[in-house]
Amino acid sequence: MPSYVDPEKCDGCKGGDKTACMYICPNDLMVLNKEEMKAYNQEPDACWECYSCVKICPQGAIAVRGYDDFVPMGGQVHPMRSADSIMWTVKFRNGSMKRFKFPVRTTAEGAANAYVGEKGANLDDENLLLEADLPIPTMVA
Amino acid sequence: MALPNKPKGEINATATPEIVEITTDVLIVGGGMAACGTAFEIRKWSNEADLKVTLADKASMERSGAVAQGLSAINTYIGENIIENYVKMVRNDLMGVVREDLIYDLGRHVDESVKLFEEWGLPIWKKDADGETLDGAKPAPSLREGGTPVRTGKWQIMINGESYKCIVAEPAKTALGEENCLERIFIVKMLLDKNKDNQVAGAVGFSTRENKVYVFTCKTAMVACGGAVNIFRPRSTGEGKGRAWYPVWNAGSTYTMCAQIGATLTMMENRFTPARFKDGYGPVGAWFLLFKAKVQNGLGEFYANSDAVKDELGKFMPYGASPVTPTCLRNHLMINELKEGRGPIYMATDVALNAFLEERRDAGMDEKAVKKFWKHLESEAWEDFLDMSVGQAGLWAGMDIEPEKVGSEIMPTEPYMLGSHSGCCGIWTSGPDEAWVPDVANESRAHKYKWGYNRMTTVDGLFTAGDGVGASGHKFSSGSHAEGRICAKQMVKFCRDNADFTPEIAQSAQELADEVYAPVRLYIEHVGKSTAADVNPNYCKPAGIMMRLMKATDEYGGGVATYYMTSGKLLSICLDLLRLLREDAAKMAAGDLHELLRVWENYHRIWCVESHIRHIEFRKESRYPGFYYRSDFPTVDDENWKCFVNSTYDPKTEEWLCEKVECINLVETEPWV
Repeated sequence: MPSYVDPEKCDGCKGGDKTACMYICPNDLMVLNKEEMKAYNQEPDACWECYSCVKICPQGAIAVRGYDDFVPMGGQVHPMRSADSIMWTVKFRNGSMKRFKFPVRTTAEGAANAYVGEKGANLDDENLLLEADLPIPTMVA
Repeated sequence: MALPNKPKGEINATATPEIVEITTDVLIVGGGMAACGTAFEIRKWSNEADLKVTLADKASMERSGAVAQGLSAINTYIGENIIENYVKMVRNDLMGVVREDLIYDLGRHVDESVKLFEEWGLPIWKKDADGETLDGAKPAPSLREGGTPVRTGKWQIMINGESYKCIVAEPAKTALGEENCLERIFIVKMLLDKNKDNQVAGAVGFSTRENKVYVFTCKTAMVACGGAVNIFRPRSTGEGKGRAWYPVWNAGSTYTMCAQIGATLTMMENRFTPARFKDGYGPVGAWFLLFKAKVQNGLGEFYANSDAVKDELGKFMPYGASPVTPTCLRNHLMINELKEGRGPIYMATDVALNAFLEERRDAGMDEKAVKKFWKHLESEAWEDFLDMSVGQAGLWAGMDIEPEKVGSEIMPTEPYMLGSHSGCCGIWTSGPDEAWVPDVANESRAHKYKWGYNRMTTVDGLFTAGDGVGASGHKFSSGSHAEGRICAKQMVKFCRDNADFTPEIAQSAQELADEVYAPVRLYIEHVGKSTAADVNPNYCKPAGIMMRLMKATDEYGGGVATYYMTSGKLLSICLDLLRLLREDAAKMAAGDLHELLRVWENYHRIWCVESHIRHIEFRKESRYPGFYYRSDFPTVDDENWKCFVNSTYDPKTEEWLCEKVECINLVETEPWV
């Protein structure tokens, strides 16, 4: 289900040094054509349809068209992701629609506690941070 | 004149890349769950002033690795269970041949990772006082506060996991510092020390954004780049080959890069061919466990409970007797149906969902309330796909499938290699340095269970985690993170214990850069000898090499073409083809940086697959019926083969050594499960 870019909406992230889709694609598929200032998926048959580019695009310019070797045309699944939830619209080939909304995060972006400055106690045992009194097997062979 | 022969992509490669040399104490190779665990934990045992830590990810940590898309469940959370029972479950699912020390050790650390995820913002479903399901954003006590997660199976809990990876990457980056997280750097080779035998000293890779080769010098390194995908011909060979079950960017880099500097591999004969919804490869776990769905054959029979099936499972004792049939044997039963012409196999989603509604009606629920309940149930069913496998939802949309009205076909996929799920190939590592871990009297680390540093490979200073650690499956996302955290502490300890060690790489930076960019030079030298971009007598392209690899494995190595059947004769042909392929791989050419990425991924794939085939050839039995079969040794032979197969490549002699290694049960064997 490769992603594709709507040229009407894509602004090449205004030529910034970090084109959003290019920044995020886990498989290095999204690239920016600098002459046209448009992004495109350079290897559709290596697209995992992870939707990372669709979710991150600030212009909403990226969508997905089902893999042409097994998905009949006409359906589409499209997300709108915010900081705490995601809304999915599922459009069926027959025209019917479903919408689903799910939470994605319960803390503010940037608020995850990295426990900066906290230190473990003893480098020579197996306890990790916040752990103590690790068990050892009892039901032994 | 506009002939097609020009570099692809947008970032052309040049013959003479800039060389960037970075000296660090610790190098983390990869950016997935395991690497994020290491990045988070390592600063808890070290200070920036004393220990420099650098992470190199070929993608962006926010969405890299197997969890990039998200997940709908965390499949390993011990909670109220007994860790020993977790060991028993993994042991049985993987047909008895596992490192129980590593599994137990993972079991005692994994919950802490899950509690951290929740604290960081991952929504985890809970049960309220009435036993009803709350999504992860509803107010409820956290796991740490004693909240009750929604179990599907015994070990799995449900989450709203679309942003799982973003949430886990954030504190990892904070802990390490953005400036120490190098993204879009693809490490392609680990490097040995010039002076100290069998000691890692660095790595080399390149940027996929600029013409730069990166040479790292380090005292210790952790390699966690996932498993291997697109190594067997997939069922969808067009655009759909991107819709691999496991992330398509996993190229076997972990196994290859570690093996090439002498790290012993284990159980590389193991593979995973998950049974998934056909083509979209959506998850089936929630359907089986949460929605209690059953599979039907083409005759409409729920074959899994038949007497014939019980007899068949009886051939694989003690494994077949478990109330939860091992994953490979479940595949085996499905393949039997398909081979007998009783396909297709359907997940009866309609039967399962309607049973829930009938249950409510029978309990006296009025139709309005049933309708509301259905909305909730429908949403849960779709979220399972939308969280982690959107393509499956897209396939249902395109096919006009509503799961309450019609079932969906499921089918075993093409084989994958990984060290998690119901897979256990990987690298042989030390267990914890504690008395309960078996002390095997043998000179060779390839036979021992511990040698000082937990999760260190047989190469000094070289660690691995997640899909990298062999003979211990079922770690999944949470266990991989926990294993990364284990490595972090051990690497700090390694640096403390080896404070006087100064790493020195044997090759010069220029020699390494020349090797990494050889495919670019080949391209530039010969590109003018043909008018076609991909057809040239002097070089081949990575896309073609990958298809050639997948054709060889599919036809001779037990792929879908033969219903996973192979034999000594076929394997020997496969190894011959792989030898030729490995020779020709040196003729892969790259005109742009994206293609150079694909070239090196395919080097990694070829090595990884070669070790897979070599191991299957060595093991004269069929340990995992349903994942692969040898027609010449078609049964599970516990008497001769209830042992590990370990293999070691000697970088000096360039020879492989395959050997049997003793498998020791730590947890009681009576009762077996």
